[in-house]
Amino acid sequence: METTACIIDVAGLNFYYGKFQALKDISLQLEPRKITAFIGPSGCGKSTFLRTLNRMNDLIAGVRIDGKVMIDGRDIYAPDMDVVELRRRVGMVFQRPNPFPMSIFDNITYAPRMKGQHKGLDDLVERTLIKAALWDEAKDKLKASALSLSGGQQQRLCIARALAADPGILLMDEPCSALDPVSTLRIEDLMQSLKNEYTILIVTHNMQQAARVSDYTGFFLSGELIEFGDSNKIFTKPDDKRTEDYITGRFG
Amino acid sequence: MRPRGAGEWLAYGLLYLSIILVTLPVAAVLFIVISRGYSAISWEFLTAMPRMGMRAGGIFPAIMGTLLLVLGTVAIALPLGVMAAIYLSEYASRGRLNRLIHLAIVNLAGVPSVVYGLFGLGAFVLFLKLGVSLLAGCLTLALMILPVIITASEEALQAVPQSFREASLALGATRWKTIWNVVLPSALPGILTGAILGVGRAAGETAPILFTAAAFFLPRLPKSIFDQVMALPYHLYIIATQVPNISQSVQYGTALVLVGLVLLVNASAIVLRSYIRRRRSW
Repeated sequence: METTACIIDVAGLNFYYGKFQALKDISLQLEPRKITAFIGPSGCGKSTFLRTLNRMNDLIAGVRIDGKVMIDGRDIYAPDMDVVELRRRVGMVFQRPNPFPMSIFDNITYAPRMKGQHKGLDDLVERTLIKAALWDEAKDKLKASALSLSGGQQQRLCIARALAADPGILLMDEPCSALDPVSTLRIEDLMQSLKNEYTILIVTHNMQQAARVSDYTGFFLSGELIEFGDSNKIFTKPDDKRTEDYITGRFG
Repeated sequence: MRPRGAGEWLAYGLLYLSIILVTLPVAAVLFIVISRGYSAISWEFLTAMPRMGMRAGGIFPAIMGTLLLVLGTVAIALPLGVMAAIYLSEYASRGRLNRLIHLAIVNLAGVPSVVYGLFGLGAFVLFLKLGVSLLAGCLTLALMILPVIITASEEALQAVPQSFREASLALGATRWKTIWNVVLPSALPGILTGAILGVGRAAGETAPILFTAAAFFLPRLPKSIFDQVMALPYHLYIIATQVPNISQSVQYGTALVLVGLVLLVNASAIVLRSYIRRRRSW
């Protein structure tokens, strides 16, 4: 029988903001084409963890990291790792929709254009918008400002923009926290359809959302990964008392 | 909203008075310059060479001289200032050196303009052997307005939301491509504001060009950037103090042209800025 190769392999990861240790000895492996949710109270390190995977934390002064993060079998903190290449491979969607103040078309073609691709952009935009479930709403106003879209549409545009870079992995940092319930549901549906092609990691404060969308769930508390495993199990009979307290709403 | 009670009336009255006191001198200056100068304004005054020891004819070379000085100054100071601001805002770490550089820039802005003039004389005219020339004048003026442009550009860059930078970097754009494609376009209106302020200063200052570029009397246009030029502020100083028996309307007419030119340059830059802003905010 074929063994499932893991796409993300984290071992003994420690992360510091100056003297403050934000992540403590994190180890986990993720399979491709699954959705993994990370839950935990504010400041527990789940967003920090997500940002170690595309090295967005590099932008902050005074951070230090040790341990190993392998993506597609490559150590992404190795000195010869090309961060630009890594970020093309590992896309990210942020908490607040942050389209550029450009047209819808220019937003989606941003990553390909930065790579030097200037041909076949029309096809790419159509394909990507269909994938992001935004084609029907946007096809007649591709030249209109991305800022003319509603919040939920903007977030789907940001997902489309990330997909256009042709990543294998998609990091979503509380992608629905600024959206209304209907828009949230559309994003969740979208995630299910994207699962066939992409490995998705989502940070969320919404436990129902984590339970609804994810195959696996990790629970962070004070920088530690307390429990990680099958979502069904985590949300029905977790091993750790602290996980149970958190998901039943006793704190956090 | 109407004020109530004596204390409120007093505060309102004082604040209102301060506004009048602030705007009154501006209005008075404009009124005097216009009322005494408009009679001198004619097609000949704007387009002809001065005659009869600058008592008659036009001030065309001074107008062109000031325009050329401003143009050259902006061409030097804007790219340099914006690049310096990009370095300070986007690349430099927020350490002691950065603070030191900022302190130096702020101090540079406080240096009296005549000191720039002397520095220009020493550095550009004599040491670099540029002579008293358009180029030396532009370099001196550029030095003077650099702090304004750097400070305004840096503020404009800092005002660009961090989320734009994050989005671009997360899409695999390099730092420079992020700055060029996302950050700079968003900061452009603010950068132009700095340029406008700089232009206003460069057009009106006399001291920096006094020893570096300005000619006392030169009834022709400069032949090259190494030629001297007449300039409106210096010309105004000369006809106000050095030329006897000159009619007052020529003096005020020259002042009116200088004020009008500065306003025109500012206004066109403001129009350009609002056009860019409109186009970008859709």
